[in-house]
Amino acid sequence: MRTSSTSSRLLAATALVAALGLTLSACGGGDDDNGSSGSKGKSSSGGTLTYWASNQGTSLDNDKQVLTPELAKFTQQTGIKVKLEVIPWSDLLNRILAAATSGQGPDVLNIGNTWSASLQATGALLPFDDATFAKIGGKDKFAPASIAAAGAAGKDPAAVPLYSMAYGLYYNKKMFADAGIANPPKTWDELVADGKKLTTGGHYGLAVEGGNGSENIHHAFVLAKQRGSDWFDASGKATFDTPNNVAAVKQYVDFIAKDKIAAKGNAEYAQNQTITDFATGKAAMMMWQSAATSIKSHGMNPDQYGVVPVPTQQAGATGDAGVTSMVAGINLAVFKNSKNIDGALKFVNFMTSDAEQKTLNSTYGSLPPVKAAQSDPAFQTPDLKTLASVLGSSAAPLPQVPNEAQFETLVGTAVKDLFADAAAGKDVTTDSVKAALSKAQQQMPAS
Amino acid sequence: MPRIPVQPSPMASPKSFLWTRRIFLTLLLLFVLTPVYVMLSSSLKKLQDVQGSFQWLPNGITFRPYVDIWKTVPLGHYFMNSLIVSVSATLFSVIIAIFAAYGVSRYRFPGRQFFTVTVLSTQMFPGILFLLPLFLIFVNIGNSTGIQLYGSRLGLIITYLTFSLPFSIWMLVGYFDSIPRDLDEAAKVDGCGPFGALFRVVVPAAIPGIVAVCVYAFMTAWGEVLFASVMTNDSTRTLAVGLRGYASQNDVYWNQVMAASLVVSVPVVAGFLLLQRYLVAGLTAGAVK
Amino acid sequence: MTATAPPRSAPEAGPSDGKSVGRGRLRPRVPDRLRRVGVPYLMLFPALILELLIHLVPMIVGIVISFKGLTQFFIRDWGSAPWTGLDNYRMAVKFNQPVGEALLHSFWVTVLFTLLSVGFSWLIGTAAAILMQDAFRGRAVLRAIFLVPYALPVYAAVITWAFMFQQDTGLVNHVLHDQLHVTSNKPFWLIGDNSFWALVIVSVWKSWPFAFLCLMAGLQNIPRELYEAAAMDGAGIWQQIRKITLPSLRPVNQVLVLVLFLWTFNDFNTPFVLFGNSAPHSADLISIHIYQSSFITWNFGSGSAMSVLLLLFLLVVTAFYLLFTRKRDVDA
Repeated sequence: MRTSSTSSRLLAATALVAALGLTLSACGGGDDDNGSSGSKGKSSSGGTLTYWASNQGTSLDNDKQVLTPELAKFTQQTGIKVKLEVIPWSDLLNRILAAATSGQGPDVLNIGNTWSASLQATGALLPFDDATFAKIGGKDKFAPASIAAAGAAGKDPAAVPLYSMAYGLYYNKKMFADAGIANPPKTWDELVADGKKLTTGGHYGLAVEGGNGSENIHHAFVLAKQRGSDWFDASGKATFDTPNNVAAVKQYVDFIAKDKIAAKGNAEYAQNQTITDFATGKAAMMMWQSAATSIKSHGMNPDQYGVVPVPTQQAGATGDAGVTSMVAGINLAVFKNSKNIDGALKFVNFMTSDAEQKTLNSTYGSLPPVKAAQSDPAFQTPDLKTLASVLGSSAAPLPQVPNEAQFETLVGTAVKDLFADAAAGKDVTTDSVKAALSKAQQQMPAS
Repeated sequence: MPRIPVQPSPMASPKSFLWTRRIFLTLLLLFVLTPVYVMLSSSLKKLQDVQGSFQWLPNGITFRPYVDIWKTVPLGHYFMNSLIVSVSATLFSVIIAIFAAYGVSRYRFPGRQFFTVTVLSTQMFPGILFLLPLFLIFVNIGNSTGIQLYGSRLGLIITYLTFSLPFSIWMLVGYFDSIPRDLDEAAKVDGCGPFGALFRVVVPAAIPGIVAVCVYAFMTAWGEVLFASVMTNDSTRTLAVGLRGYASQNDVYWNQVMAASLVVSVPVVAGFLLLQRYLVAGLTAGAVK
Repeated sequence: MTATAPPRSAPEAGPSDGKSVGRGRLRPRVPDRLRRVGVPYLMLFPALILELLIHLVPMIVGIVISFKGLTQFFIRDWGSAPWTGLDNYRMAVKFNQPVGEALLHSFWVTVLFTLLSVGFSWLIGTAAAILMQDAFRGRAVLRAIFLVPYALPVYAAVITWAFMFQQDTGLVNHVLHDQLHVTSNKPFWLIGDNSFWALVIVSVWKSWPFAFLCLMAGLQNIPRELYEAAAMDGAGIWQQIRKITLPSLRPVNQVLVLVLFLWTFNDFNTPFVLFGNSAPHSADLISIHIYQSSFITWNFGSGSAMSVLLLLFLLVVTAFYLLFTRKRDVDA
């Protein structure tokens, strides 16, 4: 009797364990339905695309509101549904990594254009060769500078430009007038001199985003370029600690360290406090990309500030010495594993059409990389005209090398630490800058 | 909960002791509560005010952030995800831990030591070491069996339950050890099998320990950031990761961050405080032995 | 079907148990003894299989990856990444080269951080537990409040600290500089050298309640007769604490300190939320350092090698710790 009772209980218990297993998998089944992003491609053939959008607007929700009606237009035109996911910047790269590793990802996605070469190296993105370009209206519809920031030189681009941006020098008109400065600076010497005049009583001449590694390398890149110097040689090898690069970084850090035209607190800025400082009159100048929307959201009107190109070493410099901005922007890529490449390309074509380019770029305050859309009145405001001319004539793409992410991390962090030194009152010398950059360079992988 | 009145003689609490206690506990209270106060007060400020210099008292109180948080990011949705994931992970973790702890506590068998050591040693694995491999394994399971673990709540549930499992087992072993074996022997004489003895006798006697383990398992799952940031997508994203959405391209909505943090914390803290007496009791009889 | 599961699962679950386990088809007549042998394995089975799936197998994969040059060129098919032998390890332990030097620096930062954080957490937890042993008015409320930091979700708590530590607009500098005038300038907490202390403070704030909780539980296990006897002998409260309370807490402390050590050493959430992807030099904890090596720069081979080294270190420390504390138990 006892034996059978034991075994029946054992049976019951085993059943319980089995049921537990069942619940788990049942639960999985449930998740499968609402948890999938359509990424497995099963559903794509039926005419659904998954689109990963980066966060361009004031919030994730704002992006959804902006994009949803546009996607509806696309569905109306083509019958293809688009499942939209807006991904915060903090997650985007990891999500792309996960997608590349697993082969399960979106059909179309946004990438920061500086990531292009890195992501190109994974082979996860569809290369845009001539045939592919033909399907989206040809390579020539895009501005060449933006195309140059879509992949390594000599290879088919891994993406196409979607939103373009460029750095400009934003200056507060009233503060300039109050300080008796007639014109915004054209050279760095003028900028420092003006900055010193403007730095009084809790106000500063300039604000910089010192705690943000990406911002740091964007400026370091431009300052080095103006000295004719690059961060990688032709073979893709890192050349961080050349005298010119050291001088470039030092010049940038000196805004806090030596010139003292930027507040020490800027060394910590990593959440766009620069814009807040500028818009609230705490700082009279900043170098930023396409800031109109954000400035406005902080309550500063467009007629209160002006935008001019970032200064150069000598006034009227041309060529490399005249470079005043990196080519900033967001690219649109197609995931190679997409089961619906044709649909994906239709979507790319739609997003880079004149009408969408006008709508989206004017909403986000960016510039259209599609030439035909650039002449639209929406982009003829004084500040956007300045930025467009920068993009057209004096912007250069960041190094398009597979190790760009390492460059951004290592040099960005090195500059951040130098800013921290400067803010703590430690000396920032040519030697200390060189040491930091040499160290960063030696940590770069060999390839 | 048993009280321990340690007041045998007037000598027991001299002035020096009382003053030490007062001062120390007051300072500690300030240390503990300041961030909580900041969270609360900042969540009631306007965006300009939280971006300006810190002020102890808000200039003007606004409840706007509490309205906005639900729009800026889909907080309600993330909340549900976190709830489903954490509750499921807790439930399964505890059930599995009960079985395992009972086995370890009541049986002597070859491999017992090996099992204990193996399971406990997983506590020292740096998460970063197995994040990518785990992700690869999930993807492969998905490709070969069709069970989607990557991007699904199920994947997170399984992951999180193993995070809390080792410590849970260990705590429950201690607790079960403290329950006299005579009890389950008696149950077995009455015709219960081992599982009957477990569920009719040991589990009811171990409720405080089990609650303690539940609390621990729930909180482990509720706050995890690293794995959630890689393994979830828009529809399965949990709170811990979702809260980062308040820092957008243009601005950090500090007042909303604080409001959302508070909203997210209140249920957990309330639940925790309600159950804390069990936690102490559970630890008392179990782990701490 | 299900009934055959237990004996079958036994050989998988039990490593050294070949002889006693019967074949499944003998099932109808398995002796009672045999079934009893199967039961504990059955009970352990789910836990074991999950730990294998989520921890052990991925860890082995991680170890394999550490011998490969897994960079972004190969992540689409990691099997195709070239074998690099011990290169990743050699790179990591060349302490006179920048990569190794950075790792070693980060290791020492982590060690110091862990010692301080665990030390203070333990100290505060012990003090609070002992001081709150007696009943006094408001004790229950106070105890509940003290547990709040432990109950708060990590992200919510740490982001609040980050907000408080801001140089220009944070509470910490407002108090130190504007109100107490302790500092002549507003110091930085999230960058530069102080960031290490910021990290320690947040970590202690977060983990001392756990120590407090465990020690409170431990105190309840001390028989009150011990105190009464001591009081009878004329021992004052401080002496009682030293002679009775602290020694009685030894077993609790043994486990508590180890657990805190492992959690703190591997803590990723706190520095990640406080500093983001790249921590300041002085607070470059190893978990963030490895995260950066693997996930930001996508060099998983080298990141894995660093993780394996870290794991070895933790194994050794834990083993020594357990040996040492156990030996002392025996001696005592």
